[in-house]
Amino acid sequence: MSGRVGIVVFPGSNCERDCRRALESLGAQTTFVWHKEVALPDVDIVVLPGGFAHGDYLRTGAIARFSPVMSAVRDHADAGGLVIGICNGFQILCEAGLLPGALRKNSGLKFICRWVGLSVDNNQSPFTARAIPGQRLRIPINHFEGSWHCDSDELERVRANGQVVLRYTANPNGALDDVAGLTNARGNVFGLMPHPERACEPSSGSQDGAVILESMLESVPTREHAHL
Amino acid sequence: MSLASTLHRELGLTDDELTAIRQRLGRDPAFTELAVFSVMWSEHCSYKSSRLHLANLPTQGENVVVGPGEGAGVVEVAPGVRVAWKIESHNHPSFVEPVNGAATGVGGIVRDILSMGARPIALMDSLRFGLPGRGRTDFLVEGVVDGISSYGNAIGVPTVGGETIFDECYAHNPLVNVVCLGVVEHSLQHGRAEGPGNALVLIGSSTGRDGIGGASVLASSGFDAEAADKRPSVQVGDPFAEKLVIEACLELIRADLLAGFQDLGAGGICCPASEMTSKAGTGAVVDVDRVPRREPGMAPFEVMISESQERMLAVVEPSKLDAVLAVCRRWDLGAEVIGEVTASGRLQVVSGGEVVADIPSTALTDDAPFLDRPRRRPELADELGPAPAPEPPADLEAAFLAMLSLPGIASRRWVWEQYDHMIGLGTLQGPGADAAVIRLPDSEVAVAITVDGPGRFCRLDPYEGACLAVAEAARNVACTGARPVAVTNCLNFGNPEEPEVMWAFTEVVRGIADACSAFGAPVTGGNVSFYNETEGRPIHPTPVIGMLGVLDSVEAQVGIGFRAEGDAILLVGATDELDLGGSELAALGGGAPSGRPPRLDLAVERNLHLLLGRVSAEHLLRSAHDLSSGGLAVALAEAAFAGHLGFSVELPPGEAWRVLFSESPSRAVVSCARPDVAQLTLAARDHGVPIRLLGAVGGESLEFGAFGVSLERALSRWDSAFAESLSSKVG
Repeated sequence: MSGRVGIVVFPGSNCERDCRRALESLGAQTTFVWHKEVALPDVDIVVLPGGFAHGDYLRTGAIARFSPVMSAVRDHADAGGLVIGICNGFQILCEAGLLPGALRKNSGLKFICRWVGLSVDNNQSPFTARAIPGQRLRIPINHFEGSWHCDSDELERVRANGQVVLRYTANPNGALDDVAGLTNARGNVFGLMPHPERACEPSSGSQDGAVILESMLESVPTREHAHL
Repeated sequence: MSLASTLHRELGLTDDELTAIRQRLGRDPAFTELAVFSVMWSEHCSYKSSRLHLANLPTQGENVVVGPGEGAGVVEVAPGVRVAWKIESHNHPSFVEPVNGAATGVGGIVRDILSMGARPIALMDSLRFGLPGRGRTDFLVEGVVDGISSYGNAIGVPTVGGETIFDECYAHNPLVNVVCLGVVEHSLQHGRAEGPGNALVLIGSSTGRDGIGGASVLASSGFDAEAADKRPSVQVGDPFAEKLVIEACLELIRADLLAGFQDLGAGGICCPASEMTSKAGTGAVVDVDRVPRREPGMAPFEVMISESQERMLAVVEPSKLDAVLAVCRRWDLGAEVIGEVTASGRLQVVSGGEVVADIPSTALTDDAPFLDRPRRRPELADELGPAPAPEPPADLEAAFLAMLSLPGIASRRWVWEQYDHMIGLGTLQGPGADAAVIRLPDSEVAVAITVDGPGRFCRLDPYEGACLAVAEAARNVACTGARPVAVTNCLNFGNPEEPEVMWAFTEVVRGIADACSAFGAPVTGGNVSFYNETEGRPIHPTPVIGMLGVLDSVEAQVGIGFRAEGDAILLVGATDELDLGGSELAALGGGAPSGRPPRLDLAVERNLHLLLGRVSAEHLLRSAHDLSSGGLAVALAEAAFAGHLGFSVELPPGEAWRVLFSESPSRAVVSCARPDVAQLTLAARDHGVPIRLLGAVGGESLEFGAFGVSLERALSRWDSAFAESLSSKVG
């Protein structure tokens, strides 16, 4: 499997090397993209990895959305290119308005690092194309602010559009409608709190994360390429 | 009389020390000099009470690249693969302000590892508190765990294990010991200031008044009722700055831009400035006016001894200075030339163009005074006999379930789920395992690390307790299939001016030395924390032992959990029914530890490690779990919980309650495929280790012969008891 992936590195990102290892093990070519870059290199997919961009000071993702690279990420998304935000990346995409809603503190007011069960509630997304509807996945979460919320109108739209791709089977953080991962209306931008890169090797106990990352990589050739 | 005649006492210096300072300087010290001495000669920085005795620890070994005396020990774990590791305490700050105290404990040890040129890849915490639900304990537990979680998670270093122990002796003096392991990425760095004319570059955060005198004020005296007043001496952590410091400094090292490198922790700028020059036989001029400040009006001594976090000192050749500053700028990280290396052999501090301190570097380091403090064997030591047998439990099943809920036994999931224990993708075994097994980044080399310290046993007999601590740590590592190769130790004690405390200290050092020699695992570094007492009540003597093991292959690793129905369960090692002194069974009955600790034979223990190493390399084991707190009963239960498989066993001969709960060392519960029982038995005989078939894995209950409990019921008790013990009182 091929696919050129740019992994954005903000100061405070800390899952970029794990994403690189997982994606390269699945055949992707990866490049780190420093947050001060104003243009993306020649890539098909943009990954916003987990971590604590800019220390998550003020509010998770609130400063990162102003990093210079984010304009280029937005252009990439507008042109139909795939963007995936994992954990802190999801928070940043919400702050940047590329995804609906916001991530609040976990309902238990504690950081949670734990394996969770997920169900794939939409396999029409480029990020879940390899899954069967309702497929159960086991992937770890690792966050303090992972409780997804939005207002009721937004929730109606998101549901109606089939944007909720992943739901928790046992909600760990109080997220509205058990949302663990969702896309934008167009379906090419995806944010999720679980860390698929942590569930790709036999030694990790589950390789379900590869279902998501492989779906994403396989979706590239069949999709309209972004202007690059 | 001079200015210093009264001031030195306020700074924590004794009259003898003032005389010694005058001798070293040949004159009275100036104010700034006195402040510098007070920090560098503090117990925390100078090891004045312990140096003499620490020299008795074995520190040489074929794998040891760097031993004690540098920022961290360095061990070669595979050809060309070097790891740096060390343990540090942050006890006093964590009592005063638990969140920042614990957080900066993590930050401090991480910079020690970084100072060797290593990327930090794993953390472990050894925590001790008073009994849950009493006094400030729950507040301290929540705060310390929060501090470790918020700092460790943000800097992207997994917390892969540790221990959380409760005993009333720590109620007013919790222990927070942190281990960090890193892997040398490019080249080993040294804390030496070579080359007069080279620049001293301060990298990282600006300098404020936080942590003024942290080492001397907090870590080098006991607590009294005014402990809360010491809060300004606790440093404040900024994990984001630390993350930038890690990445920027590793980039500087990869580009070969540094000539010398050391972290700033206790003692602030004074510490690396004096240590690096002293080691290199050079001197330095530091211009405090060039140190970036975060608040106005700081006196030169405050700038020199401030313990503001997230700072490193680099020695840089003039030709490389621009490149260094450019890298730091790209990371939006402060970097300022604050002085230069000289040939004077002296640490000279300049402010406003005037020399405010001029001290021979070695006077602050190697030539600092050390003491042979008086020691006295306490009377308790003479009373040690066979353990006064705890009452036999009336109902074994009830006792077993009660034991699973004890704070010393119950699952620590509440703690470790707040820590990112997975980042880096190297955590092959994490929290809950006997030892964490870490695959090094971009490598197939794996190491095992653990941290252990049974303080209860050291209270009864510090020598035996120290041996037991090292033995348990080595056994934990051996149970994963790894070969124990090195030790880092954190020695937590009361007031060294008390002869009984000092006696216990030397006994513990003697025990560690003997055990490390027996296991071929030298000490590569560590930390001493004295004055762990509040209002005159010292903690138990508490050596915390970090053990590093090497796995010959990732495939050889063994976990604690049962793996398959029908597998045979065997007990390896001999049980002494009298080993109940200081045990969890005794704790169940309440009261202070009494009796003698379990008897340990270092040679027998060593044979067990060799056996475990051999049979895991031969892939004979499905699981292995060491026996410690709670004995056979708890070890079998934990193996069942980890594998989510029940078992049925027949207990070895003897009184059931003693056999179940004896805490004899040098034992493990293992499981293997049925056809491998014969080969495993032969291997045990080869190594002279007793082995006994107990029963088989399978079913949905824990069948001990004498009684049985459903797996779900036992698991639910064990899994939920810890959180309940906190929340029921915090409400």
